[in-house]
Amino acid sequence: MQEKRSDSTLEIKNLNISFIQGEKEANALRGISLSLKRNEVHSLVGESGSGKTVTSTCIMGLLPTPPGRINSGQIILNDQDLLLLEEKDQRQIRGKEIAMVFQEPARYLNPTLKVGDQITEMLILHLGMGKGEALDRALEIFDLVGLDGGKRILDSYPHELSGGMKQRIMIAIAISCNPAFLIADEPTTALDVTLQLQILKLILSLKNTLDMGILFISHDLRVVHDISDWVSVIYAGRIVESASREKLFSDPKHPYTRLLLESIPDADKRGKRLQTIPGKVPDAEDIPGGCAFHTRCPLAEDICKTVQPETKEVGEGHSHTTACHFIGKQWKQWKN
Amino acid sequence: MEFVFFIIRRFLRLLLTIFIISTIIFFVIRVIPGDPALVVAGLDASEDDIQAIRVRLGTDVPVAVQYGRWLSDIVRFDFGESMISGASVNKLILERFPLTLTLAVLGILLGLIVAIPLGVLSAVHRWSFWDYFGMVYSQMGMAIPSFWLGMILLLVFAVKIPIFPLFGSDSLKNLILPAIALGFARAAVILRLTRAAMVEELNREYIITARAKGLTDRMIRYKHALKNAMIAVVTVTGIQFGYMLGGAIIVEQVFSLPGLGRLFLYAIYQRDFPLIQGGVVFIAVVFSLVNFTVDILYSVLNPKIRIS
Repeated sequence: MQEKRSDSTLEIKNLNISFIQGEKEANALRGISLSLKRNEVHSLVGESGSGKTVTSTCIMGLLPTPPGRINSGQIILNDQDLLLLEEKDQRQIRGKEIAMVFQEPARYLNPTLKVGDQITEMLILHLGMGKGEALDRALEIFDLVGLDGGKRILDSYPHELSGGMKQRIMIAIAISCNPAFLIADEPTTALDVTLQLQILKLILSLKNTLDMGILFISHDLRVVHDISDWVSVIYAGRIVESASREKLFSDPKHPYTRLLLESIPDADKRGKRLQTIPGKVPDAEDIPGGCAFHTRCPLAEDICKTVQPETKEVGEGHSHTTACHFIGKQWKQWKN
Repeated sequence: MEFVFFIIRRFLRLLLTIFIISTIIFFVIRVIPGDPALVVAGLDASEDDIQAIRVRLGTDVPVAVQYGRWLSDIVRFDFGESMISGASVNKLILERFPLTLTLAVLGILLGLIVAIPLGVLSAVHRWSFWDYFGMVYSQMGMAIPSFWLGMILLLVFAVKIPIFPLFGSDSLKNLILPAIALGFARAAVILRLTRAAMVEELNREYIITARAKGLTDRMIRYKHALKNAMIAVVTVTGIQFGYMLGGAIIVEQVFSLPGLGRLFLYAIYQRDFPLIQGGVVFIAVVFSLVNFTVDILYSVLNPKIRIS
């Protein structure tokens, strides 16, 4: 293994991104801050359309501009702002320092290239390996991600392999250059439940053996509960609550987080009507003023419609932050 | 091993196609009103003469027997003699085929040389100069008839500026202008298809993976996207090539080239039934062989096909 050059954190600071379509402007991210530490899983949770994928695309430097526009913010790695780097230098980071695993391996692998080609091209490009050396390294990585039948898999096309194997291959490709950080965008959503568990275990064990920081993007709170060290909840392009896993699941402060937790089906709730959150995430081009959640919030009062709540510390140190005017306030039975 | 079975399956399908085509052409010819013997003999021949011609043509026996003979002749690649010239159909076709083949190969090569780079360029730099150039070109290519283009080419490059010969067919130089006339329109079709396929592939998810790997644009386009895009292009190019091998009747006529197209055209004018039959079967065989080759190429490009 080559020496690591990366710092221990990947810092996203006040990222503000919009999409321009003709006259319309959609605010996809409205000031996102996240920090990702080595050997830690930081989950980003939210409904679809809340800005999870935009965040990860932007970190990878893959945001198409236009239509995307970065209004402000920084992504700091090794004292460098990745957003200021030229494309050529960004390519040195992509795959090598920060790698990504996607949701549907079947669609995210090239159907006409052998698996061997798809994994070795990166090793050859980033680490300057020869073909033979790269193939040997690929076999080592296959062992690491629990793929047996190494040589045969190198010679296979993606469609010849099962869904679980394909996702292991995606992961193998992502970790092949020993990246400091890994972005996993719903890596288990397209898999069945037993496979989900295996892949999650694999991701956790790789985090430890490779000392990786993982940004885990998901809408599934149960998965997030199993895997995370830290959890941030995103709503309409803003992080509404961020805390260690224990804090977030035992003592959620933001009404959105609380409602999300209540909507997890659970054996204790058998027989009761499952809580749902009425309405849906607002369109990015039509985000309500004040607190964006006020249209769906049981606590909303007049102030919520006009004043956007500041992000406040609610725990000791920096262990828990949330953005709500009525932190921790209880509400009566939610009318469904 | 799987690949061998695949080839055997496709080969059997090829034989079946040829069998079906030859059966259809046999019955179609017999359904067309008129007795070929009457055509050969002329209006004032005696009944005995006509009967003699029927015996010579083999049309005196029942249709079932004729069909049997036809099939057994085909198996031996024997298509009989031309009713007009008396030469064997095989000889006539094989004499003309090299010219048609050269013309088709040149035409399709010219088409591909123009179409693929321009199509890829248009897709990669959408709404750029090259893209608009490609659009204008393909509109013109599809709208301009090849006989008109052929005549203009002759007028400009053989008459006004005599770089190329006006007629003749004995050197490659004679085939350049006809190949351009033929390839121009093919290029238009292949260009549109290349652009569309390339745009589609560049929007696929695996391209995002390739970008996330930190690959260069060049690798993403030419290693990842182009190979997938070529799958569709190969199929259409093959079909176009197959058509061209049947003889480019109009272009051959404009440039007075003695190719297959002209041979078959005159066979139809003169009701030369054995030559028409032989010609149709020949075209069918060539067409099937081209498709067979395309299928194999296709499966090399697209590993998924081999399974299904």
